[in-house]
Amino acid sequence: MSGINDFAFKIGTVNGTGSASANGLLMQAIFRMGIPVTGKNIFPSNIQGLPTWYEIRVSKDGYTARPAAVDLVVALNPSTYARDVATVRPGGYLLYDSTWPLDPDLVREGITILGIPFGQLCVDAFEGDRDRTLLRNIAYAGSLAALLGIDMEIVGAMLTEKYGKKPKLLESNHKAIRLGFDYAHTHYTCPLPFHLETMDATRDSILMDGNTACALGALYAGATVGAWYPITPATALMEAFKAFCEKFRVDPETGLHNYAILQAEDEIAAAGIVIGAGWAGARAFTNTSGPGISLMQEFIGLAYYTDIPAVFFDVQRCGPATGMPTRTQQADLLSLAYASHGDTKHLVLFPANPHEAFEMAVTSFDLAERFQTPVFVASDLDIGMNDWMVKRLEWDDTYRPDRGKVLDATALEQVQRFSRYLDVDGDGIAARTLPGVGGKGAYFVRGSGHDKHAAYTEDSDAYQEVVDRLTRKFAHAATVMPRPEILVQDGADIGLVTIGGCDAAVREAADILRAQGIIVDVMRIRAFPFGVEVRDFLGTHERMFVIEQNRDAQLKSLLTIELGVAPASLTSILDYGGMPLTAQVVVGAVTAHPARVTA
Amino acid sequence: MTSIAKPPVRHPGSRTNGRGLTLRDYEGAMSTLCAGCGHDSVTAALVQTAWELELEPHRAAKMSGIGCSSKTTAYFMKQSHGFNSVHGRMPSVTSGASAANRNLTYIGISGDGDSLSIGLGQLSHAIRRNVNMLYVIENNGVYGLTKGQFSASADIGSTSKKGESNEQAPIDPVLLALTLGATFVARSFSGDKKQLVPILKAGMAHNGLALVDVISPCVSFNDHEGSTKSYAFTREHEVEAVHADFVPLQREITVPESDAAVRVVTMHDGATVRLRSTASDYDPTNRESAYAHVRDCQSRHEIATGLLFVDESGKDMHAMMRTVPTPLVDVPYEKLCPGKAALDKLMQRYR
Repeated sequence: MSGINDFAFKIGTVNGTGSASANGLLMQAIFRMGIPVTGKNIFPSNIQGLPTWYEIRVSKDGYTARPAAVDLVVALNPSTYARDVATVRPGGYLLYDSTWPLDPDLVREGITILGIPFGQLCVDAFEGDRDRTLLRNIAYAGSLAALLGIDMEIVGAMLTEKYGKKPKLLESNHKAIRLGFDYAHTHYTCPLPFHLETMDATRDSILMDGNTACALGALYAGATVGAWYPITPATALMEAFKAFCEKFRVDPETGLHNYAILQAEDEIAAAGIVIGAGWAGARAFTNTSGPGISLMQEFIGLAYYTDIPAVFFDVQRCGPATGMPTRTQQADLLSLAYASHGDTKHLVLFPANPHEAFEMAVTSFDLAERFQTPVFVASDLDIGMNDWMVKRLEWDDTYRPDRGKVLDATALEQVQRFSRYLDVDGDGIAARTLPGVGGKGAYFVRGSGHDKHAAYTEDSDAYQEVVDRLTRKFAHAATVMPRPEILVQDGADIGLVTIGGCDAAVREAADILRAQGIIVDVMRIRAFPFGVEVRDFLGTHERMFVIEQNRDAQLKSLLTIELGVAPASLTSILDYGGMPLTAQVVVGAVTAHPARVTA
Repeated sequence: MTSIAKPPVRHPGSRTNGRGLTLRDYEGAMSTLCAGCGHDSVTAALVQTAWELELEPHRAAKMSGIGCSSKTTAYFMKQSHGFNSVHGRMPSVTSGASAANRNLTYIGISGDGDSLSIGLGQLSHAIRRNVNMLYVIENNGVYGLTKGQFSASADIGSTSKKGESNEQAPIDPVLLALTLGATFVARSFSGDKKQLVPILKAGMAHNGLALVDVISPCVSFNDHEGSTKSYAFTREHEVEAVHADFVPLQREITVPESDAAVRVVTMHDGATVRLRSTASDYDPTNRESAYAHVRDCQSRHEIATGLLFVDESGKDMHAMMRTVPTPLVDVPYEKLCPGKAALDKLMQRYR
């Protein structure tokens, strides 16, 4: 199963000890060798002292899902030795710090155990506890470079890029990486049977996390107001937006900002700020996670009922309640689709990776303004916080924001009377005005019952006319939402239906299944409400599996509620332990299902 | 119904302001509040204020939450934009609107339930953010729309209409605002238009959040004996510390030189407020003494009114955020999008 440019390794450390930069270095070096690579950071909800892992998968075929098996484990955290050694595949390798005697927990038949005294090497070579601790990480990176055949020239160049301006740090890092590299070379046969060889498969790609990608999307879409409350795993999105704004949105002459970022007192206020700004005509957004979405419910309903654009990035984590803040899930699907009390339905986008997150971030602002409604981008921790290998982001300079139907003073002169919620075009979208416009343009936004003229009402017909228009608007949106991505294979009689970040694992599973003689079609849903293509796919497959990362089959529920699909035709494959999905979960469930094979 | 359009009656003789608008032009829909409600007097004071300040109606935005007080945004300035949001959350909506368009005059109307209970957090943080807005709390110590529950501003010992006595300590928005660093803090009484109008004018001109707590009796549920927010109690116990006269920039300022008790504070737009302390030692530019004065009055069961504190040198939200003077909604897209070349270059950082 493993071989040249096709294997996975995992590093188990204690968080807060500086291993992240070493792990990032390894991944980036492999990427620069032209080899497809993915990294998954499995980290605790903690600042210092708890177990953390970094999994790196290299795949010459370009598979980016989390690996099911690990060929090499670097066990540097005594508290997780027993767990870590158990995850090495039979015939695999374990690398431990032999400064201390081999812990009985690490002994296991059928694997090869390698010891390198990282601690001792660093004690001998460096002064001070801090340096010794931090550089131990660089030392293990050096050993891995030797064992796996990572190009040391690339590693050296990367260290120079990173520490070029800090000669002392540069020198110690170079020294540490050589320490690990040389020790491995002297004591073991390098490289190991599975290792890296230079390819040319990453030229058009980048390594980027989804939070950064969403932030870039917001920047390019022309968002000017960002409001938020810090929350894992969404925090980095606004921090990235801030950094991009500082780079691209500061007036060079005055130093003044063409943006406003407000760190609110809570998620409720963040939602209020976004809605206030959206009402006033700015492209505004917030970034949050499940607990924040729960808090924002009332405001979401207000924006829905009063036709105000707003963009919400929900970087989903494990719920309910506080749940597992540093683990991934797709368990907010229902609470986004139907957020708030009363009859409400919302537009939701489901990116599968950071590349799509960038594009959908831009799309979300267009949809929000065009349909004058809240739009959610349902990212998740895996997409948001892990570095993914994706195609380079691209931009078309002819893009112009879709501001939707906005009547300015000139346009208002043409109308007899401005009625805020009057559906003139029959598409459910009523023209709006922005505060500040004169003439007939002023109106009164109210969350209380209103008629099509925006006047208060308690009249049944006048009330229903407005909420029925919202239904028409939603139906209209279904025709322009991003279409599902569909893979059709000759001879397929099984359909796999999935969503978001499950995409990588499901596509890989489709290939594995084909190799086993099971041909499947795949549909990845990219938006809610569902378009006609989704309905067609479901209508043309007798046996379907719905693969999603939550306990309650929320995507399946949405499909049955919205499209009237018979629940019995959809078999759920649910993976909700908080880890990114592996292809093997899908393969296992499909092959184990009694009704799977009709051919 | 909470809004009934007023019949378009013309008063040919009514005076016009510099914009050629009459007082009627600044009115709104018919109030649906109880007859005698203090809030209607505040509404009238706001109409007067806007007319005298010659506000361009469409350049003002009326912001509110939920409650009797919040309903009143429909009862004045019908030609202005309005946003009646959710309970206790007017400050965040106004923060967002102001972030997007800093050039509108934001008039926030709230109540003691809306701002001191459900929205206490939002009020506090809007003060900290120093959103450029007038923030009026129509304070009656009671939940009117739900028929008479105590609010967080009810004084200890104050009784409800049903005779229940309030045991919990009140939250005083004036003390709170002074503590949180508000740069404009005033208290007035809905029954004292002479005092209220100049305060509202100065509040609108203030660069930052101008908090105006207006004791505004609820005739239906909190105007009885035993209430400390009734017309009778307020009239009897009101102590005006400092009287404000607002002088717009356009008018010549004539300060009587002999009157040493008058302080002149220049507002952001060049207008001035003339503050005449009724007590000779009162200093409305000193936060500590303002706080002490309000506390002293409280201990004597008196209500400190007037423009209690003003600091025109504080930074407002936009100054703190260092935003451009152009409203963000008016910044052209070309200035906001870095473009393809920049993105292509940026991609190198992710390799």
